[in-house]
Amino acid sequence: MSHITAQEAEEGVGTDLPDPIQRKSPRRQMLEEFWYYFSENRGAVLGLVVFALVVLTALAAPLLAPHSPDLTNNNAQLVPPVWQTGGSWTYLLGTDAIGRDILSRLIYGSRYSLFIGVVVVVVAVSVGIAIGLVAGYVGGWVDTVIMRVMDVILAFPSLLLALVLVAVLGPGLTNAMIAIALVLQPHFVRLTRASVMSEKRREYVTAAKVVGASPLRLMVVTILPNCLGPLIVQATLSFSNAILDAAALGFLGMGAQPPTPEWGTMLAEAREFIQSAWWVVTFPGLAILITVLAINLIGDGLRDALDPKMKRS
Amino acid sequence: MLRFFLSRVLVLIPTFIGVSIVAFAFIRLLPGDPVALMSGERVMAASRHAAIMHELGYDRPLYMQYLSYLWGLFHGDFGTSIVTKRGVATQFFTLFPATLELSLCAIVIAVGLGVPAGVFAAVKRGSWFDQGIMGAALVGYSMPIFWWGLLLIILFSGVLGWTPVGGRISLLYYFPQVTGFMLIDSLLSGQKGAFGSAVSHLILPSIVLATIPLAVIARQTRSAMLEVLGEDYVRTAKAKGLARARVVGVHALRNALIPVVTTIGLQVGVLMAGAILTETIFSWPGIGKWMVDSVFRRDYPVVQGGLLLIAMIIMLVNLVVDLLYGVINPRVRAK
Repeated sequence: MSHITAQEAEEGVGTDLPDPIQRKSPRRQMLEEFWYYFSENRGAVLGLVVFALVVLTALAAPLLAPHSPDLTNNNAQLVPPVWQTGGSWTYLLGTDAIGRDILSRLIYGSRYSLFIGVVVVVVAVSVGIAIGLVAGYVGGWVDTVIMRVMDVILAFPSLLLALVLVAVLGPGLTNAMIAIALVLQPHFVRLTRASVMSEKRREYVTAAKVVGASPLRLMVVTILPNCLGPLIVQATLSFSNAILDAAALGFLGMGAQPPTPEWGTMLAEAREFIQSAWWVVTFPGLAILITVLAINLIGDGLRDALDPKMKRS
Repeated sequence: MLRFFLSRVLVLIPTFIGVSIVAFAFIRLLPGDPVALMSGERVMAASRHAAIMHELGYDRPLYMQYLSYLWGLFHGDFGTSIVTKRGVATQFFTLFPATLELSLCAIVIAVGLGVPAGVFAAVKRGSWFDQGIMGAALVGYSMPIFWWGLLLIILFSGVLGWTPVGGRISLLYYFPQVTGFMLIDSLLSGQKGAFGSAVSHLILPSIVLATIPLAVIARQTRSAMLEVLGEDYVRTAKAKGLARARVVGVHALRNALIPVVTTIGLQVGVLMAGAILTETIFSWPGIGKWMVDSVFRRDYPVVQGGLLLIAMIIMLVNLVVDLLYGVINPRVRAK
């Protein structure tokens, strides 16, 4: 509550003339307002902390991992985790069927998952926004054709379409990422187009047009920044979806190929040991769940902070 | 009303054409030509290759090939499997009941638990119950279901020994397929224990497949209820002195369900994607496993036909949901 009064004080509630010296730049004020709503959601802050830890793990993987992720040990196959009888401190989370340290593989695996998420989202967002801007701004038959094509992509279950695309392109991490980006981008096209269509009739756009701004400038500089809120939320959701879908493709044998320590691929290799060595199966999935959950928590917080309808003030 | 129906059906035509083009293009985008794909590793004389290309019509212009492909589709010809030499559509509809049975059970679980959970969470907004349900829903929504299925197998099949690891029914039972639904067929067969066996095989895959739709429906129901509970007519109903259960259960829920119905419809695509993973884990002989197996066997006509049939089913379900939406919400029809 004290926060609100502080904010009110900053905004000069009660005084008719705001003190020009105490006014902050609008950008700074927007960020503060954003953080205020975001941090109200405790889950979102927790998600952010966990996600930051995952990023740090990925960056510092060579320092953190006790072993090389690819180093096999014939004398230590399927060693259980340290707290179980037969476990050893050398392999904290145990080893897999060919004696590789699971903890080290998980640590290196975080690099793959984050890399997949970043690449897929960057590709899907930039392609989706570009197509959506054109569809929304140009309108007419261009818009109709683009939206029908997006409908077609959305008519297939995303994982099935990704699976089939990978079958065409050949299994592997790069092709899996291309396929996932392709099935995720229609959401960005639809969102961008919808916001562009509602924004382009506003007065500030007309004003910019009158001043002589080119269509490209109108689209990218004038209109786009005002459509970013829902796009950021969707990008967060796509980030977690990309990680899940890539892991699923890896699990089906169509994503990253062994011996890559990608979490989904690790699960695929572990499937035959579900009756005998629970740790081989449990930890990679747990890593996926925790990462995806953290990102989705952040996504919920972003929606609260960026969606004006959700603001309760 | 008829105009509304027709307009919704007409919108599907361009999407259908697009979907069929994707399926048509799929086989032609693969490296190597269709005849080389069919012959596999075998070496073929160039003249024989050309003869087969001509026989199957692959030497005609692309638009002619597409039109004859469409013509075949309208006559129920969705291609022939390279491996089994059987028609893709026939195979699809023999396997489809297994996927349908699994999906129906999953959607019953998802709606049966998700709607009440969402309603109670909205009514008790901010309580421990609300936070617990929404926390669980977010975990469910973030779940890699292929891993979740493996965990359930470890626990219920491995440690506790309560459920079988996979398949639809124990090998001890054999009876003719009448409806294709194992639950009904096992009852019809009159064999002792058959129904129990079918249920025990169905339960884990249903839970796994239901997980994500359940989470989505619970979240959507809660937010729709919260919106509706703040409306004037709900306050009026309360002010009239109606029982709380009636206000929530009748006045609020009926209107909150409108967006929820759409959400349930959208879950069909999620279910089909989930079926790919769930059926693979539990060796469930349905469409999802068939598609994955066909991709690995390089049985591309099956992948092509299955892709198209699945997309058509999803489009059909979305159409039905759209029409239902028009029936329960007259405002949509007016537009």
